[in-house]
Amino acid sequence: MTHTLAVLVENTPGILARVAGLFSRRGFNIDSLAVGRSEDPGISRMTIVVEGDDSILEQVTKQLHKLIDVIKITDVTRDDFVDRELVMIKVNTETSTRAEIMQLVDIFRARIVDVGPKSLTIEVTGYESKINAFENSLRPFGILEMVRTGKVAMLRGFKSITISDHQKREETN
Amino acid sequence: MEITVAEALVRCLEQENVNLIFGYPGGAIIPVYDALYNSNIKHVLTRHEQGAIHAADGYARVTGKVGVCLATSGPGATNLVTGIANAYMDSVPMVVITGQVPVSQIGTDAFQEVDITGITIPVTKHNYLIKDPKQLSQVVRKAFHIAATGRPGPVLIDLPKDVAQAKIKFTYPRNIHLPGYKPTYKGHPAMISQAGKIIMESKRPVIYAGGGIRISNAAPELKELAETISAPVTHTLMGLGCFPGDHPLFLGMLGMHGTRYANQAVTECDCLITVGARFDDRVVANIEGFAPDAKIIHIDIDPAEIGKNVQAGLPIVGDVKQVLGKLLPLLKKRKNADWTARVQAWKKEYPLDYIKDGALKPQFVIEKLYESTGGDAIVVTDVGQHQMWTAQYYKFKEPRSFISSGGLGTMGFGLPAAIGAQMGASGQRVVLITGDGSIQMTLQELATAMEQGLPLKIFVMNNRQLGMVRQQQEYYCDKRYMAVDFQFDLDFAALAGVYGMAGYTVKTPEQLVDMLPAVLASPGPVMVNCLISGKENVLPMVLAGSNINEAID
Repeated sequence: MTHTLAVLVENTPGILARVAGLFSRRGFNIDSLAVGRSEDPGISRMTIVVEGDDSILEQVTKQLHKLIDVIKITDVTRDDFVDRELVMIKVNTETSTRAEIMQLVDIFRARIVDVGPKSLTIEVTGYESKINAFENSLRPFGILEMVRTGKVAMLRGFKSITISDHQKREETN
Repeated sequence: MEITVAEALVRCLEQENVNLIFGYPGGAIIPVYDALYNSNIKHVLTRHEQGAIHAADGYARVTGKVGVCLATSGPGATNLVTGIANAYMDSVPMVVITGQVPVSQIGTDAFQEVDITGITIPVTKHNYLIKDPKQLSQVVRKAFHIAATGRPGPVLIDLPKDVAQAKIKFTYPRNIHLPGYKPTYKGHPAMISQAGKIIMESKRPVIYAGGGIRISNAAPELKELAETISAPVTHTLMGLGCFPGDHPLFLGMLGMHGTRYANQAVTECDCLITVGARFDDRVVANIEGFAPDAKIIHIDIDPAEIGKNVQAGLPIVGDVKQVLGKLLPLLKKRKNADWTARVQAWKKEYPLDYIKDGALKPQFVIEKLYESTGGDAIVVTDVGQHQMWTAQYYKFKEPRSFISSGGLGTMGFGLPAAIGAQMGASGQRVVLITGDGSIQMTLQELATAMEQGLPLKIFVMNNRQLGMVRQQQEYYCDKRYMAVDFQFDLDFAALAGVYGMAGYTVKTPEQLVDMLPAVLASPGPVMVNCLISGKENVLPMVLAGSNINEAID
């Protein structure tokens, strides 16, 4: 089973190495990892997609919590959530195929971000199955290059994954 | 007034009540040594960084304080790695400070540059590279807090030389902000009351207690628990000393080289009360066969230990002392007459034993050491057969009286750890039981021991080989002995003499018995070269894949 974890971490140098190293040395598999600043500049948010059963997920969560810089971990898959991934695909184009590709771009509500004499660079966002379908439909034309950001996710509705003001101020004596 | 970061570091250490540091200087850490020149903190210069880190470890284990170790960048820092990993595996509180090349040179493969924070991520509880001089006092305060609280462990601070020389206004922070670090001390009340119920309903309880008892100073609570419910107690290697070794309810150590009766009791118990232990593979052997009939209660401060190796029916995350304190009032005095009688019968039927054929047996040496010291000594060991024999045959009375490298199994730990232990417990007798293999890994620290005037009593279980590896090759490689014999016969008594230490060689049980009182009464350091049989095995032994009650002997 695949789980998507939203992990809030202190924005310190080396935090990515700590998290990535933890997964490799404990033998956990990461499907994808996306990281960036959160609404609070001191706090980064990682979205980690992990493959594994409940006991593996429990160990992943507990081991992550042992990292001093990890503040909060939420398994969004346990709730209603939306997730998205941004993908850029550079596809081979001939005069004869250009129109067909542009049609596919329309159907998948993707966007062309760069046009070259023999290529189109397309940006598409969405959930995984849509992106996979889009990728498959472009494959016959020849995909020259592809880059995916990895998934990011949020809970639906008013519920949010943030650090409370209380937690921000709290100090240890 | 502004002072240098190095001077501020020394002030921070003073604020943390550090009065002893083990270390080894070098280029990048010189500013810190210069700042130490005017401090009252005592610095012990070892002969190798590994000696310094193990000494700080031994000191921390004996005193319960945070051990502090200092080394330079590059090779100084990498020489610490084994010792840091050793402390991490056994949850020893330690603050390790390394020098680093100047910030502008970081990442350039500068002379004696190594990414020690990167290297030590997997073996530290946390680590810091200080790039901004203003961070210094916050970082040191956090490092000591993280090292000593929750499940203790080593924290490393990497200090670039130019940062150490920068000037700052010094204040020591009272409060620190660590939003991601909140150890759980109080156990969940509902879980504790459920544990009380399970224990009172059990017919065949066993207590399996580890190093967590020592760390949280819970030996009195452990004893009260055992006596209240008449449950036998078995210890892990790290737990030894927490429950009195001569107590009728004590079963000795369990696991791979545990006593038969401890392993049998765990196999047949219906309730296993696990306290401050982590179901290590050397304890559990075959997981399916471990305590198959038991409801497992697992009390530990580290939530990640719960369910890691063995699924606990009832987990309680919290400080062992606090949890036991809340659990005890829920229990009623009881005698499990049938169960107790069965366990006692196993103790009689399957005692620890060895063949007494007139040769000098290591087990005999340890028995005599126990008798002669009355158990009133701090016993430090190295790693190997002698370590297991010590765990089996010495009856420890007090927590922190047995110092040994458990999780990592670091040969070479013994001598420097004994130095640290003796410096942390100056009035007490420190006995080092080591092997001819182990002691040669950090032999250079004999000079440190002499320099510090430490009256260590060192017993080298000398079988001219790497006994534990030889034993494994005997069982697993059909006696194809490879790379386990020392062809060069080192005279340890003469070697002791070179270092200005009294040295003796004993070959027979009689010689040992004759010599022991004088050795132990001697005010100075002594090394006793015990020429033991080369064929002796550590028994019982649970072979790979077996259940713990299927040991051979």
